[in-house]
Amino acid sequence: MQFDQILQYALSGFSTGAIYALIGIGFSIIYNATGIINFAQGEFVMLGGLLTLTCLDLLQLPLWAAIPCAVAVSTVAGLLFERLAIRPLRQPTPINLVIITIGGSILIRGLAMLLWGKDTHAIPAFSGDDPIAIGGATILPQHLWILAITVVIIAINKFYFYHTISGKAMRACSYNRRAAGLVGIDVRRMVLFSFMISSAMGAVAGIIVAPLTMTAYDVGVMLGLKGFCAAIIGGMSSGIATVVGGLLLGVLESLGAGLISSGYKDAIAFIILLLILFIRPQGLFGKADSERV
Amino acid sequence: MLEVCGITQIFGGVTALADVSFRINQGDITGVIGPNGAGKTTLFNIITGIYTQTSGRVLFEEKDISGLPPEKLARLAMVRTFQNIELFGGMTVHENVMVGMQTKSSSGLLACALKMPWSIVEERRIREASLKWLEFTGITDLADVTAGNLPFGKGRLLEIARALAVEPRIILMDEPAAGLNSQETVALAQLIKRIRDLGITVVLVEHDMELVMDICDRIVVLNLGRKLAEGTPREIQDNSDVIAAYLGDDD
Repeated sequence: MQFDQILQYALSGFSTGAIYALIGIGFSIIYNATGIINFAQGEFVMLGGLLTLTCLDLLQLPLWAAIPCAVAVSTVAGLLFERLAIRPLRQPTPINLVIITIGGSILIRGLAMLLWGKDTHAIPAFSGDDPIAIGGATILPQHLWILAITVVIIAINKFYFYHTISGKAMRACSYNRRAAGLVGIDVRRMVLFSFMISSAMGAVAGIIVAPLTMTAYDVGVMLGLKGFCAAIIGGMSSGIATVVGGLLLGVLESLGAGLISSGYKDAIAFIILLLILFIRPQGLFGKADSERV
Repeated sequence: MLEVCGITQIFGGVTALADVSFRINQGDITGVIGPNGAGKTTLFNIITGIYTQTSGRVLFEEKDISGLPPEKLARLAMVRTFQNIELFGGMTVHENVMVGMQTKSSSGLLACALKMPWSIVEERRIREASLKWLEFTGITDLADVTAGNLPFGKGRLLEIARALAVEPRIILMDEPAAGLNSQETVALAQLIKRIRDLGITVVLVEHDMELVMDICDRIVVLNLGRKLAEGTPREIQDNSDVIAAYLGDDD
């Protein structure tokens, strides 16, 4: 096995992993604020890509304007999703909410199929397609865009949760909702906010990956599950652990596809998911939860 | 200040509270006492918006607050603490208190998201202002400790510090001395008096009679869901109904 080849797989794995990390953090943010797994998360990834396409083709916007526009519309979609599907629930038990998110994801996917059809669509790369050589491997400029945007978003995220008072209030909700209400935090507003942040992050992930992998109404399913997998590896943390989880997943997947068989690419993600759930359900880096009294 | 009018609470077939009324004066420390099952905690949960009563009203500063959720009450300057302390376990002591001040933060959620640089200023201001409450409760040295790792007694102080950070005009404490050793209880008594000296009205449910008799200006006694007596600690100690309820009657 040649070093160059491994480097190549690792590099492309890194950029897919970054996408998984972004999606995974979206899962974690909602999980931490509400205790539910939002299985519709992948659909916002799909919306990001397809809405960008619409902004480019139909509205004839330039790419730099189409992207924020698509993110904004996806964020509104996330807001509506929380308002219309999550909040009205009479008995918000976790199982009911999870089922609702699955139903919501099927609905969004169906609507997307009606709007955009079943074809796969391409979005142009942000800055050309000329490969860049790194060592013996080559990467596309889009790979660099993916890594850079992911780093920026994760940094903003970290800053928000740890260095602003509103971010702290959101973290407070995740630790103790009752106490959060007690000190005057409007918990429901925080839940709404968590859906907005997550859908915006999902949409960004969908947009930056679309030039590489194309996009279609059903890309959300697989990307969503991979993001979920990254979040599980990271122990549902909305921080660095999920990022590492995503990168690990991306690289392993890419190495597995290259060295064993590309047919096993998706299987690898789910084998990792199952192994983590069996062996370390608290995540790769998490401490086992001890019950406090 | 706070007025409870004819509160009745029925759980299924059980009447937990029957037509309880009393008034709490501004600037007092008022104790709510009674044997187990008297309905003290239920009453607290009703006043602080955790339960909604079957009938009756709660007036806070002449305003009907019946049925308002806790976050609204916090914004009206009413806070409470719990018997089993409720903290933000994964955050530091300092952050816990900072979150308590977020209702006073002038940057709304959206403003905060859109105007990052401005909210840094806000965060710094709150970070500094919140130190005052750490100092007040004597846990400044624990500022960077994760709240979940605090010993119980310190956790209670933090819960009080966080409640004070909301800048309440009234604070309700559910058994603040529960789980504290005698030394900590003495310190707590001093702390509660200092809270009153800030002009904050204090209401507490407490089993520790020594503490109640020592610090309370007025006492309300509940028994089996009814108000049994009301008065100064001396009046309560001499009240034959109260003695009968606590020690049992002859007949």
